[in-house]
Amino acid sequence: MAQLQVRPLAEENFPEKTGGNWKKYFTFNTDHKVIGIQYLVTSFIFFLIGGALATGVRIELATPDVDFVSRELYNQLFTIHATVMIFLWIVPAGTGAFGNYLLPLLLGCNDMAFPRLNAIAFWMIPPGGLLLMGSFFINEGAAASGWTSYPPLSLVNGKSGEFIWILSILVLGTSSILGAINFLTTIIKMRTPGMKFNNMPLFCWAMFAASILILVSTPVLAGALILLSFDLLAGTSFFNPSGGGDPVVYQHMFWFYSHPAVYIMILPVFGTISEILPVHARKPIFGYLAIAYSSLAISFLGLIVWAHHMFTSGTPAWLRMFFMIATMVIAVPTGIKVFSWLATLWGGKLRLNSAMLFAMGFISMFVIGGLSGVMVASVPFDIHVHDTYFVVAHLHYVLFGGSVFGLYASIYHWFPKMTGRMINETWGRIHFVLTLVGFNLCFLPMHYLGLMGMPRRVAEYDPQFATINTICSIGSYILAVSTIPFVINAVVCWRSGEKAPANPWNGLTLEWTLSSPPPEHNFPTPPVLKTGPYDYGTLDKRGSKKRPISQLRASDILSN
Amino acid sequence: MQGSTVNSEQVIAVSQDGHGGHLEDHPDHRIFGLFMFFVAESFIFLGLFAAYLTFRAVTPAWPPEGTPELELLLPGVNSIILISSSFVIHKAEEAIKENDVKGVQLWFAITAAMGALFLVGQGYEYAHLEFGLTTNLFASTFYVLTGFHGLHVTFGLLLIGAVLWRSRKEGHYSADSKFGIEAAELYWHFVDVIWIILFILLYLL
Ligand SMILES: [Cu+2]
Repeated sequence: MAQLQVRPLAEENFPEKTGGNWKKYFTFNTDHKVIGIQYLVTSFIFFLIGGALATGVRIELATPDVDFVSRELYNQLFTIHATVMIFLWIVPAGTGAFGNYLLPLLLGCNDMAFPRLNAIAFWMIPPGGLLLMGSFFINEGAAASGWTSYPPLSLVNGKSGEFIWILSILVLGTSSILGAINFLTTIIKMRTPGMKFNNMPLFCWAMFAASILILVSTPVLAGALILLSFDLLAGTSFFNPSGGGDPVVYQHMFWFYSHPAVYIMILPVFGTISEILPVHARKPIFGYLAIAYSSLAISFLGLIVWAHHMFTSGTPAWLRMFFMIATMVIAVPTGIKVFSWLATLWGGKLRLNSAMLFAMGFISMFVIGGLSGVMVASVPFDIHVHDTYFVVAHLHYVLFGGSVFGLYASIYHWFPKMTGRMINETWGRIHFVLTLVGFNLCFLPMHYLGLMGMPRRVAEYDPQFATINTICSIGSYILAVSTIPFVINAVVCWRSGEKAPANPWNGLTLEWTLSSPPPEHNFPTPPVLKTGPYDYGTLDKRGSKKRPISQLRASDILSN
Repeated sequence: MQGSTVNSEQVIAVSQDGHGGHLEDHPDHRIFGLFMFFVAESFIFLGLFAAYLTFRAVTPAWPPEGTPELELLLPGVNSIILISSSFVIHKAEEAIKENDVKGVQLWFAITAAMGALFLVGQGYEYAHLEFGLTTNLFASTFYVLTGFHGLHVTFGLLLIGAVLWRSRKEGHYSADSKFGIEAAELYWHFVDVIWIILFILLYLL
């Protein structure tokens, strides 16, 4: 069907890819496609590590007593689990992997604006991660104060573990900032001639919004951590009340980053979902401009709501009001996206492959997380559930049900482009079912636990919660098992799967005009856009109108 | 994994005379990127300034009782040195527009000397202050903020040194190829602006 923007490069131009060049993935390579895959594989390995830590946590919680690990080790397990999942999996996978791999292809340029800086940013990830994992093996053990690392608690737990944690976050944060500089410059300066902001693919909009957040908020976390390390090592008392300091200042600085961090983790996935749905629904995206601008609205609002994490930290009542209302307002741009996605699916010719299943799973799970988010945004409700399992349930619906489902969808969708091979659909669907069932079994009951008052971050609990916790733990085991078919499927198909054509899904964005995998030099000449990114099944209706169909009004189409 | 229409030697050749590695066939966006970097840097400082102001607001007396008075003379002179160095380094950019590398070297050397003088002055002030890093909350913020800024001045000096080193090679810098000079200059201005805010916050407010 769809006529492509540029002639797909003839297959004979790309001689048979031979084995042996896998070595480039272990080198300082400046090709954005190599770097994207480096990010993806590295962060996925950390996902497995973080998952193993979570399984340790759930084994401990399967029974009310402390029986599997010591209390001290339990604290380290959940602290490093969260840190790994956020800083070494979702952030680098969402922005680093897909941002790097897709942006130049979608924008029609040959590489990121600063390829060498890009490689430097990637190569900060493995040392940062190894440093963090290494802290398990020192005498005092790893950081154990939760990923929030609130002082004064973080000042009295093991000092070396805490300091390694700080160092590692500083390294990973710097990497993230360098990445954001690259994304912003590439999006603003390197779009192919003819691609305006208002007809670039929605993933680019999402990365634009996420990169602004990285650039503005990550440095503030760095500032907080610098002060925290002085308290830890040099005997100052910035955040230590016994020396005249104020721990709440740390909380403000921490959440000034860590609330936007949620959007740094979810916006890139919003972007990939907006790419995946129209391709597999064979329909133009509904509400292109609404989705594009709502990303910006989310990133602006995301910067002014951080104190909703501090309703129980002595925040004055009038300030709590402001943060409560501002937080609830974010549901509006988010709702705009969700309804636009649903409207895109409505009446489409759905192709229910693994990518689409995960994308639809993403919408449903994320909506649950979004709704419980509005609940905890409300001050009285939050005071009731603060630091309970309700919050754990909420954040996992957003970060796992949202970000991770979205990342899986993206992996399935672009696997043929990245590897040049098709991935096995049957195993993809088995993976989806296991993930969906395990995920809901693990996290849905936690809402109830939280409402009943079970506190988070404690290794033992009241026996009345035992049955439900056992159910949660069984869910987590299913979730752990669910990664096995995926990893085997991905590895086997990457090596010997069916060869992928240039455009297996009949997509209209620029990456599908290139061979799978794309040539090292993406576009010999800047590509010329012949259609908008989402003009599915509408080429006849577009007629002579210059604008892409996603921006036409109904009257334009009818008058044709 | 990728095939290519461009033969690989050609690719390598292109990447070696480009500055970034992989196929530099686009205009130079480095100054733009540098400004993005300044945004990030500003937000570290903004975070620290906000923390300082909050500490100040929630502490009953500021600076806490018993904090020795800050001398204004030395840091005042120091500020004047640093601020005037911004005008000096700007001369270098004007010089390079005329392809005058000798002029660049001269102005950069003077700027570096002024920056070094600033650091010496700050070291002298540290040595003669009657409070230490852990005396109280004001003292801690004072040392961390000025120290963090001093680190930036030091880094600026390294940048200037790097430009001076590279400028020895004939033709390395010219009116058409002056990114290093511009970057060092912009960074120096940035560090200057931060100092002005810092000076007002710590000494004058
Ligand atoms: Cu939040």
